[in-house]
Amino acid sequence: MFMSEKPRVGVYVCHCGINIAATVDVEAVVEFASRLPGVVVAKNYTYMCSDPGQQLVQEDIRKENLNRIVVASCSPRMHEMTFRRTLQDAGLNPYYLEMANIREHVSWVHEDQEEATKKAKSLVGASVSKARMLEPLEEKEVEAERSALVIGGGIAGIQSALDIADAGYQVYLVEKTPSVGGRMSQLDKTFPTLDCSACILTPKMVDVANHPQIELMTYSEVEEVGGFVGNFEVKVRQKARYVDIDKCNGCGDCADNCRVKNRIPNEYDEGVGKRSAIYMPFPQAVPAKMTIDPDHCLYLTRGKCGKEPKCQEVCGPGAIDFEQQDQVVELKVGAIVVATGFDTFEPSRKPEYGYQDSPNVITGLEMERLVSASGPTGGEILIGEGETARKPKDVAFIQCVGSRDQSVGNEYCSRVCCMYTAKQAHLIKEKIPDADVRVYYMDVRAFGKGFEEFYDRVRREGVRYIRGNPSEIFSKGDKQVVKVEDTLTATPMEDEVDLVVLATGLEPRADARGVIDLLRLSQSSDKFFLEAHPKLYPVDTSTDGVFLAGCAQGPKDIPDTVAQAKGAAASAMIPLSLGKVKVEAQTAEVNQDTCRGCGFCVEVCPYSAIELTTVNRFGHAVNVASVNEALCKGCGSCSAACLSNSVQPRSFRDSQIMPQIAALGVRK
Amino acid sequence: MSEPFEPNIVAFLCNWCSYAGADLAGTSRVKYSSNIKIIRVMCSGRVNPLFVMNALQQGADGVLISGCHPGDCHYLEGNMYARRRFGLIKELMEFVGVDPRRIHMSWVSASEGGKWKDVVEKVVEDVREAGPFEQFKRDKINW
Repeated sequence: MFMSEKPRVGVYVCHCGINIAATVDVEAVVEFASRLPGVVVAKNYTYMCSDPGQQLVQEDIRKENLNRIVVASCSPRMHEMTFRRTLQDAGLNPYYLEMANIREHVSWVHEDQEEATKKAKSLVGASVSKARMLEPLEEKEVEAERSALVIGGGIAGIQSALDIADAGYQVYLVEKTPSVGGRMSQLDKTFPTLDCSACILTPKMVDVANHPQIELMTYSEVEEVGGFVGNFEVKVRQKARYVDIDKCNGCGDCADNCRVKNRIPNEYDEGVGKRSAIYMPFPQAVPAKMTIDPDHCLYLTRGKCGKEPKCQEVCGPGAIDFEQQDQVVELKVGAIVVATGFDTFEPSRKPEYGYQDSPNVITGLEMERLVSASGPTGGEILIGEGETARKPKDVAFIQCVGSRDQSVGNEYCSRVCCMYTAKQAHLIKEKIPDADVRVYYMDVRAFGKGFEEFYDRVRREGVRYIRGNPSEIFSKGDKQVVKVEDTLTATPMEDEVDLVVLATGLEPRADARGVIDLLRLSQSSDKFFLEAHPKLYPVDTSTDGVFLAGCAQGPKDIPDTVAQAKGAAASAMIPLSLGKVKVEAQTAEVNQDTCRGCGFCVEVCPYSAIELTTVNRFGHAVNVASVNEALCKGCGSCSAACLSNSVQPRSFRDSQIMPQIAALGVRK
Repeated sequence: MSEPFEPNIVAFLCNWCSYAGADLAGTSRVKYSSNIKIIRVMCSGRVNPLFVMNALQQGADGVLISGCHPGDCHYLEGNMYARRRFGLIKELMEFVGVDPRRIHMSWVSASEGGKWKDVVEKVVEDVREAGPFEQFKRDKINW
């Protein structure tokens, strides 16, 4: 069928500067390759991926009439596309390429030149064996939906949604909580410019709600994602708010009259403040509508709330609707941006810091709510409650709580704690000028634009930086004692303070697993979502058409988050603006003459891409498998299940892998 | 004393996790034994039991199959099929008298370059202990 012409193989061994050549004797590999059956040309070159390197291949294709190319260089995951284009530009089918990975799998991992050369030879031999059996494939295109789904309504999701919508495409923005805004809405000021967080965020939140091209779906969760890039089929569950948002005007009378008013910890205030069972997360919430918390509402939990639920009684527009049900909406989108954000480190996992023992040991985000004008104290920094409330005079910040700490499994730096601590120290000095603020740190990482200058400024304002990691924090009367050694002067000390602020780090979300399962994402070793390449594809994932933005991919500050969100939006718009996507060419194929119609492959296929069809075989109607190429992803599970080797993935056929195995089996 | 036996091992790695993990080991310049030679497949579910037998027949002393962690398969569930098949292959191989230390399966994700090294060293060690594989050689088979 595809073996119409005699294979004429060209082998090109790359030096990759000295990356390969220093460990592998490339001349010897070329010499070895030139003697392999079918090889017409074998050459080496400093950088095969460079223009002259590619031209070398193209010239040989024309001059020597080559029809199979083996490039022995880096990983095919790196440059397979590059060399496929090289072949295509020279008029050869791009799938006549096979790569031998002699950099990542040989020269970079082995030190002994003799062993490395031996292995490189055998990998090249295997690649030549496979290359001889390669077949030409055709790349097909299908239409792409010109719309996108953005998961997560924090600043990353908001920015991505706005950019994609501004370019003219339909966007569905799905947010789990009742309002967009995310973590940024909880912040008071932003470092290092001291912009008011709400002032720069709320206009964007409103834009998202009002944009004609954005459909905002708050209090909703993505339940199912099917299909593939260009044609994702998504199911979104819009949870019941028990409030008709068309009628609700957000006046808040219901919350004021709720029978459990001020009894439920307010998530927005990190539990520092309290709310009712019917609530708006914060005053600038978008949409500015009420939601009933089904876990705390008396009527929803016990079926009874006085004679009649008070909220229903006082609601002027009659928006309360206890009969409301969840609704599942089906969407078709071409691309997906994942901007699901982060969790903050739970400091009771470091019990020596006494967070669980004292109300005067708080987290960075709690401090944020305490200094915020929209917070429970109206922006006054107060500790203690009611009559005994007082302004703290001695405040200690502890850095790297839950970051750079192997004992809690977080090796990474959370990138924001040094600077938010500096900012909060500044805010304390601003509001309580005679307060003595000290920061216990390991290293101060002020790496961003304007960060170092801000750190300097805060120190000039009198904030004391003391290098040392506390061993213990405990209560003594109404004071907290920080037991620590100043490691610069080797002075052990016990520092008595009124308030301890733990600079808690960022962690992957506890519910990240659900997103991973929905979208087939991978995690890096820090458990944040893994990008396709740390440098060259920082917003892409291993699932085509799914992109990452913000802290879901790793800790970052607001400018970096916004930059990445814009990057993700730009990448997501590629299939939307083309209106078409390439479908996998390396799909499975059935030999209908040998297929016995058992249907094992039908059962095994994860994409339901195979079905049994009836064909006429010598006058008999028989069932045989047939592959829907638009659905097939080319995993090849079917062929391993096939009893008669009738279904085979293109480019990974038995007839192509067996020669590889044979070549590698030879002991040299 | 003779030189220590250097086994020849063929590994089947899925493109998305294990192959990428092995790439990461390279990028991180992790050093490991050169006995393992990798064949890239799109999914560990592609690995036909015949490949394992064929590798042993063709002169390999051991075989490794490596895929994404269970639940993380790029193709939803291919690695689950691989796991089931592996159980059967291993039993079959044991039945025909092949030392089970020759046949391995592992889960290595794209971010586990270090783990890839550990897997390689373990497999090489096991196969080295099992010694050269001679059973499937023609002159060893008693027709």
